[in-house]
Amino acid sequence: MSEMFFKLWDKGLIQLGIWETVYMTLISAAVAYIIGLPLGLLLSVTDSDGIHPMPVLNRVVGVIVNIFRSVPFVILMLAVLPVAKLVVGTSMGNKAVIVTLVIAAAPYVARMVESSIKEVDKGVIEAVQAMGTPSLTIVWKVLIPEAKPSLITGAVISTVTILGYSAMAGTIGGTGLGQIAISYGYQRYNDDIIWVCVVLTVIIVQILQEIGMRIAHRTDKRVRQ
Amino acid sequence: MIELRGLSKTFASANGPITALKNIDLTISDGEIFGIIGLSGAGKSTLVRCINLLERPTEGQVIIDGRDLTEMKQKELLEMRRSIGMIFQGFNLLEQRNVTQNICYPLEIARVPKKQAVERAEELLELVGLTDRRKSYPSQLSGGQKQRVAIARALATKPKYLLCDEATSALDPATTQSILELLKEINRSMGVTIVVITHEMKVIDKICDKVAVIDSSEIAEVGEVNRVFTAPKSQIARELVMPNAQSTKHISGGEKLRLVFNGESSYLPVVSNLIMESQVPVNILFADTRDIDGHAHGQMLLQLPDDPRQAERAFSWLDANGITYSREE
Repeated sequence: MSEMFFKLWDKGLIQLGIWETVYMTLISAAVAYIIGLPLGLLLSVTDSDGIHPMPVLNRVVGVIVNIFRSVPFVILMLAVLPVAKLVVGTSMGNKAVIVTLVIAAAPYVARMVESSIKEVDKGVIEAVQAMGTPSLTIVWKVLIPEAKPSLITGAVISTVTILGYSAMAGTIGGTGLGQIAISYGYQRYNDDIIWVCVVLTVIIVQILQEIGMRIAHRTDKRVRQ
Repeated sequence: MIELRGLSKTFASANGPITALKNIDLTISDGEIFGIIGLSGAGKSTLVRCINLLERPTEGQVIIDGRDLTEMKQKELLEMRRSIGMIFQGFNLLEQRNVTQNICYPLEIARVPKKQAVERAEELLELVGLTDRRKSYPSQLSGGQKQRVAIARALATKPKYLLCDEATSALDPATTQSILELLKEINRSMGVTIVVITHEMKVIDKICDKVAVIDSSEIAEVGEVNRVFTAPKSQIARELVMPNAQSTKHISGGEKLRLVFNGESSYLPVVSNLIMESQVPVNILFADTRDIDGHAHGQMLLQLPDDPRQAERAFSWLDANGITYSREE
């Protein structure tokens, strides 16, 4: 280990980096779900084989989601910085980074939610329609509960993706492990700092993955216990 | 009473419109077990879905207890559906809810207080014989048990009608028997009118009072099950009644007759008695009979000798002994 690593560790910068990466990721994921979950539900419900087909609305929302999804994050990040300034008053620092992460992740979340909801057995939906369930009630009482394990699995995947995005935010003034790797590792030729950040990121992802999958498994009543 | 008047349904597809139902007229009286039979693709599943408007007919009316469902507003229709239970081939239980919660679902929708709903679920669990599985999840149940839960769920709101879409097609023969007995019991004790969709004649034979035979989107024949079973008028009904007997058509020679065993005692050796007592040698062309609790069910196709006097003797013996038969051309 180089001198630089011990210096950073003693100053508590690495520990702070871990914390910042985790909290940026989790806050962004939470806000991305507040926007993405309703969007995903809307996409699946208004689809041509959904419970309430609305072709025009579905097409419009679908196209918007696809536009955001097709721009690589490094570019999207730069492009939406003005929006960040509008929302949080600054285009610098973690607040701005969280706004860009949310804008990038919400459409991704919407597609994840949509595909989970579409996994719900069509026969079950038909059965509850035959029992006279109004469409909105089907969403709350059937689609979301029946898709719950898949929704949780999707949330884990989305969160890991957001964590990946958050590292790139180091280039526009965000903090966290990404920024440490870039400014102390890459720009000052300390390869070991880069590797420390790699290992720490892997560990965080593993922990998130493990916790998420356990919750998904525990809530799934299709698994014999 | 369920009345279907001039019902037609066409689906749009990439290769132009597909006709699923053509000008269907049917009347299903209260208290009946009404069977609808047809080969796969005949339109029977679409037909049953038109009864509760899961499929909206392109033309025609669906009148239940004097009210036309096709003219109802969405809210009234949802209300109406609560008086029509439905069960499916795939059971379609909510996988993330346990047995009791599944049965309570339609009651939640009808805003029945929870305590009352659980009490009702308990009654129904008793009816379908699953009180010990009340906390089980669908994945922990067998096919027959799942269908029992589905039946309990369909009956939770005390519907007047129960639609069964191939409800026994995914079950083994023994389980099929027990589910059919349960349906019959429900019809008898609760007076629920049951509509049974199936491709199996034995299901019709076992529980139905009346049957409609549907073929290429149209009703080919409607009547009492016994009548259709013993004297099918349409080609399709004949095929369904004797699915394996088609190869006997080319057999020439003496007159052919069809014996129908519809629950007579299986201890009676009918064919050997016929041969010995009427002194007529007969040729068995086809037989598909089975013994259910000491009662014979099924069919037999016999060929009589060329001699018309011998044939006459055979017919008079059958008449004298009260055996159900029909002459085949």
